[in-house]
Amino acid sequence: MIRFTLNGRAQEANVEADMPLLWAIRDVIGLTGTRFGCGQALCGACTVWIDGQPTRSCQTTMADVAGKAVTTIEGVSGRVTEAVQKAWVDLDVPQCGYCQSGQVMAAIALLESNRKPTDNDIDAALSGNICRCATYQRIRSAVHQAARSLA
Amino acid sequence: MLARMMRNTPAAKASRRGFLLGSAAVSGALVIGFRPSAGSAQSATAPAEAALTPYIRIGADNRVTIAAAHMEMGQGIYHGTATLVNEELRADWSQIDVVGGANNPKAFGNLMWGGAIQGTGGSTGLASSYDRYRKAGAAARLMLVQAAASDWKVPAAEITVERGIVRHGSKQATFGALASKAAALPIPANVPLRDPKDWIYIGKDRDVLGKLDSRAKSTGAQVFTIDVKLPGLLTAVMIHPPLFGATVKSFDAAKAKAMPGVVDVVQVPRGIAVVADNMWHALKAREAVTVAWDDSRAEKRSSAELMASYRETAMKPGGANAVTAGNVDAAFKGAAKVLEATFEFPYLAHAALEPLNAVARIGNGRVEVWGGHQMPDIYQAIAAQVAGVTPDRVTMHVMKTGGGFGRRAVADGDIIQEAVSVSRALGGRPVKVQWDRENDMRGGRYRPAYVHYLKAGLDKEGNVVAWYNHIVGQSIMTGTPFEAGYVKNGVDPTSTEGAHKLPYAFPAMKVDLTTAKVGVPVLWWRAVGSTHTAYAVEAFIDELAEAAGKDPIQFRLAMMKDSPRHVGVLRLAAEKAGWGQPLSAGRFRGVALAESFNTFVAQIAEVSLENGQPRVHRVICAIDCGIAVNPDNIRAQVEGGVGFGLGAVLKSQLTLDGGKVVQGNFDGYEVLRIDEMPQVEVHIVPSAQAPTGVGEPGVPPIGPAVANAFYQASKRRVRILPFNRPENA
Repeated sequence: MIRFTLNGRAQEANVEADMPLLWAIRDVIGLTGTRFGCGQALCGACTVWIDGQPTRSCQTTMADVAGKAVTTIEGVSGRVTEAVQKAWVDLDVPQCGYCQSGQVMAAIALLESNRKPTDNDIDAALSGNICRCATYQRIRSAVHQAARSLA
Repeated sequence: MLARMMRNTPAAKASRRGFLLGSAAVSGALVIGFRPSAGSAQSATAPAEAALTPYIRIGADNRVTIAAAHMEMGQGIYHGTATLVNEELRADWSQIDVVGGANNPKAFGNLMWGGAIQGTGGSTGLASSYDRYRKAGAAARLMLVQAAASDWKVPAAEITVERGIVRHGSKQATFGALASKAAALPIPANVPLRDPKDWIYIGKDRDVLGKLDSRAKSTGAQVFTIDVKLPGLLTAVMIHPPLFGATVKSFDAAKAKAMPGVVDVVQVPRGIAVVADNMWHALKAREAVTVAWDDSRAEKRSSAELMASYRETAMKPGGANAVTAGNVDAAFKGAAKVLEATFEFPYLAHAALEPLNAVARIGNGRVEVWGGHQMPDIYQAIAAQVAGVTPDRVTMHVMKTGGGFGRRAVADGDIIQEAVSVSRALGGRPVKVQWDRENDMRGGRYRPAYVHYLKAGLDKEGNVVAWYNHIVGQSIMTGTPFEAGYVKNGVDPTSTEGAHKLPYAFPAMKVDLTTAKVGVPVLWWRAVGSTHTAYAVEAFIDELAEAAGKDPIQFRLAMMKDSPRHVGVLRLAAEKAGWGQPLSAGRFRGVALAESFNTFVAQIAEVSLENGQPRVHRVICAIDCGIAVNPDNIRAQVEGGVGFGLGAVLKSQLTLDGGKVVQGNFDGYEVLRIDEMPQVEVHIVPSAQAPTGVGEPGVPPIGPAVANAFYQASKRRVRILPFNRPENA
């Protein structure tokens, strides 16, 4: 039994310690907003926050998260989250949308620590998140728009 | 069955463009749909509800549900379909939902393919939907208005419909309130469409109509195939042959079967499936399965070996003739200067971010299949065959997919076969077959590798007098049910499209194709033939312009007197890019032009040099796709097409070593990331012509535009792709 905090609530998971967090939250706990893309921490689709830090859940084991606070796309809230998701919708960023949970998680985390990111800051923070539809230009614009709305 | 459906396709062109609308009352809802009975179009007889396949359902709850004929993989066709319906219907945008229609090719057949089968591809979705969905929307509005007119005892002509409210003077009603009364009326015999001057949605931007699914896709709420939940759903992972064409000799799963969560390990025609209660248990148990393979009939050549043989073939005359115009031999003899070039293109994986998957369940003689059904009727037939039932016992649930780029349109329905055969092996239990990234990357169905040999003759004034192009590579259609309808005289048009019909008026021209027989499965990859032909043609044109001492845009324009739409986009791009005006130090421009899927695109790339590679800063695009139904979606598709194509030419390649695919994940198979994305500006040519596709045409010009700009920067011609190949250093 592994105990941790998931989206602000105490969570118990009766899973093996070596199970990746990704499969525990998707297949065992049933939160499917976090997506599987590569299984090797190469694409960013599975990005969650662990104690506030963007982390690839496919390469994080359940043993790693014991006692920690995990936040998934279903559990984000607050001013920065609202600003980011509103900008994403206003600019119609998503195409297929599959990577966007990870992009949004990375973007919120960026704005939490840097309220006025430059293009280079955005590129550095999000270069681990692949979008095969290449919505990158709109992702950059949406991060800037969210930053402006938070100013 | 499958072959028969496909044989009908090309021949049936245009004859089925008309369609029959019907209406029905279904539990208080107004349903407008396809009516199967024969007779004159839009007959006034209301059919039985069971016989009606809905396009639009307006419920008593005031929701408007549209069943789209094309699957949504990010290209925006659900948005386009809703726009077409609502231009006529005038619901409030927030009351609309779009779902995937399926299970009736008569209702949803792709009219651009002849109408006999449903399918998404070739950037045809909007063109196929253009009349069908506007008519359905108009019929629904007329019936709602008629219901209100009878109710209020006022003339229908005096009633207005705006944002979901039907109104006359002080009287008003929602669609939901009128739905059941409207459903009792006969469908109108005549359904006129609005005059384009009265359009308020078609051609309007995001501020008027945002995409209906942007929120769900920004909050994680969107459900893809990987997210499907069913009671008792199992997850299966696959072991595929390590070589294309190898088969299972024997396997030992004793250890795996004893592992936690494992339900079974079963052999199916395409490999071994490890079935468990969740993905992790399946993945872990897969490691414990040992398989002996029979590779006696497998493809064992390396890609380097294939390319060497393609090169040799391409340099020699031969192959099937795709086009001959004028006397090519004589024209070359009379040329003042002859140039030659050979271009090499690697295999490319689609690498959509959602690895291939499907969910199947069999019970009570019925089969259900959830997936990104790009060709649902074909997959329905496959599922029926695998499950041993007739196709009418199979229900296809069309899911939105995490990218596609062509990968989910496979004639043999690979993933569908796997899901249904695994479910069958488990007595019909619901199962999701989920490929991991390595399954997906190594599962074949690549953009074929090609070699192009090009030769052109210039006269003393620098005019092109002769053109020869020999293309060598695998055929996508040969060996599939599409072969009979499309491959003529040994020429697969998907190998030569973008090369056999050019906008340039060459006095003499010949294009030959040698189709290579290789055991690597190949497939359409976003923009298909034009992904290589446009590069070869447009990069070579740039070489010719230089040899002729002419500006590359003027050089092209002089040869395009009969290609006004090509000229239109080229001039617009040149104007917007400030072609001819100086750039900042270290920046260089290149231009390319391509028509694909009846859409015309010109792109001008601005690059600088960075560690010997191009850094692309800005791309100016001009597109002519007829009437721009959703301008912002057109921009989005061209932006994405540029990024998709740019990643491929800069660094993507799939290679084989002794027949084994080398790359397995995004470390070996590199794709574009955000720090490499240029600023893309998209300019749309105003047009009153019927709309054409936008999903693919943004892709072809970016490679040659960057290559031509890179030449200006480096004086090096990149003829072997991708750019980061050691040969290009």
